Amino acid sequence: MSLVFAGVCSHAPGITGRAHMADPDVRDRFYDAFRQMGDDLRAAKPDAVVIIAAEHFANFFMNNMPSFAIGMADSYEGPIEDPGWLGIERRQVPGNRDISQRFITEVMKGSDIAYAEEWKFDHGIMVPLNFLTPDYDIPVIPVNINCQGPPLAPLERAWAFGESMRQACEAMPERIAIIGTGGISHWPATPDSGKINEEWDLDFMDRWCRNDKAALLDDDAYNDLKVYADAGQGGFEIRTYLTVSAAARGAKGVVHFCEPIPIFAVSCTVATYDLATV
Amino acid sequence: MTLYAVQKFLYELNRTRALQTAYEEDRHAVLEPFDLTDEETSALVEPDIGKLFHLGVNGQILMHFAAFHQIEWQDYLQRMRDGIADYGPVREGVYAMTTGLDDVVAPVHQSSEGSAS
Ligand SMILES: [Fe+2]
Repeated sequence: MSLVFAGVCSHAPGITGRAHMADPDVRDRFYDAFRQMGDDLRAAKPDAVVIIAAEHFANFFMNNMPSFAIGMADSYEGPIEDPGWLGIERRQVPGNRDISQRFITEVMKGSDIAYAEEWKFDHGIMVPLNFLTPDYDIPVIPVNINCQGPPLAPLERAWAFGESMRQACEAMPERIAIIGTGGISHWPATPDSGKINEEWDLDFMDRWCRNDKAALLDDDAYNDLKVYADAGQGGFEIRTYLTVSAAARGAKGVVHFCEPIPIFAVSCTVATYDLATV
Repeated sequence: MTLYAVQKFLYELNRTRALQTAYEEDRHAVLEPFDLTDEETSALVEPDIGKLFHLGVNGQILMHFAAFHQIEWQDYLQRMRDGIADYGPVREGVYAMTTGLDDVVAPVHQSSEGSAS
């Protein structure tokens, strides 16, 4: 049928794992926005949810690192992390091999990707699902963009990948939702964890909402060296967000929440595109 | 021999429960197939989180390894800081430290909900 929902959200493991260490006021407002996104997602009645995450060495390593990969299985196990540490129980998450295979086949017409019949979910997918589909009742199609082990795909290729996914959605009879997760500026899993460039984040989300391709792919602002300096190694995950922009094809976005929560290591973000605006 | 081998071992350990069991039983034996220096081997056996961070292990890999060892979050951050203080700046890789040794970057909220442990 088509793309029925498109949005982005944070996926930092502290969001669930370090919930008790955050200021409850800001944390609960963030959780409310996150759960509202889940309500809106489910109201769109998707047959499958594509989750574009930047995974963190749960499945892919520098021995054989794909820039872009899509899962193709009937179920996936997650989280790979210690469940107590992440605050999310280990479980099987439903996929749909048939939908995945047809989706992948269509995406391949526009982008060179890898597919994977095995996939372990890490916090990049499990944290969003915890809020968006807490009953784990919608099949997931996991997507990975390498944002960890340089060299990383150029932003233009991430954009093209988003366009390929939109084309795939339109070629299929199913109703598909696309969620990008990660970012925005952060220095995760280091002593810098909690450092956040709020101004940079808000500027990026402004470009994201305007869905301004030139501004999102601006090489002066977002070449890897500049991103590393301004937004940390976690900033490389903007690839997942702008891939959703490309998939939304000109739609305008709304930021529902974007505030720093240092103990969660990021500007906690929830934003969606209004697909009716195109 | 290289940061690559250290990270490859940790990647395999983080995602393979059988290897985790084997590591718990005999840490030296599971490291045997990997081409590691004595310094790298002892950092992985101890484990010396600060040394591994100093060597340049990607934080996403190191964080999971620390969680596997039940190292609490604030303790994990402190061990990395101690590693920088003891051994010097991160040697290679993209997960370098950019804040000062004594900076409090992410304070824990002191609430009535109980202690943050
Ligand atoms: Fe991430």
